[in-house]
Amino acid sequence: MRRSAALIKIPAVIALFAALTVAGCASKNNVPNNAADLGLGSATPGSTQEFTVNVGDRIFFDTDSSVVRADAQQTLAKQAQWLKQYPNYSPVTIEGHADERGTREYNLALGARRAAAARDFLVSQGIAASRLKTISYGKERPVAVCDNISCWSQNRRAVTVLQGGAGS
Amino acid sequence: MKITLRPLALAAAFVAGFAAVLTGPAQALVEIDVNKGNIEPLPIAITDFLAADATGAEISEIVAADLRRSGLFAPIDKGAFIEKISNPDVAPRFEDWKVINAQALATGRVTQEADGRLRVEFRLWDTFAGQQMLGEQFFASQTNKRRVAHIIADAIYERLTGEKGYFDTRIVFIDESGPKNQRKKRLAIMDQDGANVRYLSDGRSIALTPRFSPTRQEITYMSYESGQPKVYLLQIETGQRELVGNFPGMTFAPRFSPDGQKVIMSLLRDDGNSNIYTLDLRSRSTTRLTDSNAIDTSPSYSPDGNQIVFTSDRGGRAQIYVMNADGSNQRRISFGDGSYSTPVWSPRGDLVAFTKQTGGQFAIGVMRTDGSGERILSSGFLEEGPTWAPNGRVLMFFREAAGSGGPRLYSIDLTGRNQQPVPAPNFASDPAWSPLLE
Repeated sequence: MRRSAALIKIPAVIALFAALTVAGCASKNNVPNNAADLGLGSATPGSTQEFTVNVGDRIFFDTDSSVVRADAQQTLAKQAQWLKQYPNYSPVTIEGHADERGTREYNLALGARRAAAARDFLVSQGIAASRLKTISYGKERPVAVCDNISCWSQNRRAVTVLQGGAGS
Repeated sequence: MKITLRPLALAAAFVAGFAAVLTGPAQALVEIDVNKGNIEPLPIAITDFLAADATGAEISEIVAADLRRSGLFAPIDKGAFIEKISNPDVAPRFEDWKVINAQALATGRVTQEADGRLRVEFRLWDTFAGQQMLGEQFFASQTNKRRVAHIIADAIYERLTGEKGYFDTRIVFIDESGPKNQRKKRLAIMDQDGANVRYLSDGRSIALTPRFSPTRQEITYMSYESGQPKVYLLQIETGQRELVGNFPGMTFAPRFSPDGQKVIMSLLRDDGNSNIYTLDLRSRSTTRLTDSNAIDTSPSYSPDGNQIVFTSDRGGRAQIYVMNADGSNQRRISFGDGSYSTPVWSPRGDLVAFTKQTGGQFAIGVMRTDGSGERILSSGFLEEGPTWAPNGRVLMFFREAAGSGGPRLYSIDLTGRNQQPVPAPNFASDPAWSPLLE
């Protein structure tokens, strides 16, 4: 799984890819959900950095699907556990995204359905629905830019974005 | 934006010989059958209109460019012209134009009125029949000279093809700049030939999917300006904006009804599915038209307002459906390989244009409104979002190559011929064609 054509902008994901180059494939889904899978260093407990790096702020979806995969369920369960531990982060916004292999309007709807699926899973794990917001960006905000499936799979995502925090 | 139009009579001495032409809707002797699969563009001579300054040449250049881009006309190089038109009020020397194979000839004159307005006179001649086919004059402000040229091109197009023209129109679109993962997406408007680009949003938030009102200088579009993606109305001339409806969730994929009185769009339900609603702009009442546990989006009315075509994935993947305007009788019409989306009903009512995805490629195509007769006009890595010229003969869409570049606009004839890039200042997407301007 060498996807060197991918132009990745998220530092955590760059680290992830660098690690993969050495360690080989770390996930049955080819694209690991988060840097935590790779055992990268820890961040300050309760920080957004810890949430992003150790818990994993995003889950990925199959093509044209909003089904929360088993690996994504694990990530969301960890997110729920962390959010319960740090209730000061509120509201929490789940951004739904689609890859570029769909039309603009359909992908706005698909991104919304993915965000709702992630939200519903977090609610099933005990997070209050009132604490969670969703927004769809369709295919308008790709995180990875390239012309092959490695990028598209990075872009089919729901990202949990924290507001509030320790000082607020 | 006032352009007045008066029929142009020939000089008195000339009228006698051509009375028949002036009195009735004479049959065109030069004709283009736009429905033929492969036609030779018609050679036409567009002379520089007589003028005291460059305006006459500018107008004839714009007319020639419109006609050339249509693919139906081949304007002849001015260097080949034999006769120099010195008095557009008298008949040209038809022999001089037949020798260079000009089937039709356009002549004209631009003068300035005492009040500063331009007076533009123009005549269209059938060189082989030796007859005048059209004679018109226009009064317009200096700033409207491009519009006068487009109106003349429309008149020539209509006279020679029997179809309404589409040159005096505008395109509203999304101007895209910056890197792909942080791209600025601004609402913009331009003439159909790419001139007079004007921005309608500042680019601080994403704007998408603008569409023209069929009746007013107004567009509906979707924007993230409030944080939540919502459908808005925008008055083009005043810049006044207004949220459409008071819905709890995301609203998207807006279009006007043919009478301009309703906006039809998708509303996101709390469970993540999307249904189609209308909002009556006068009464502010909303009506839900679909209620499926699926994505229902991209609605587009038939020109008579009686039916609506839309995209739904209720059958598992995106396909095209048709329903009555009240939401009844929902039925699938697309059954080919792959998935279908962004259906747009033709202004003539007989066809639906769509985006199709199959075998890892995107395509722009048309089908009849019962789903039969599918024809693919263009395909590539990413092609999307067809919009119809008001005469239903030409489509515009956007195309993007693989990689980190961006989308560009293209037009294509309904026959699949004459694909042309549409000039725009940056990357551009989501074109929507205006009706013919008033």
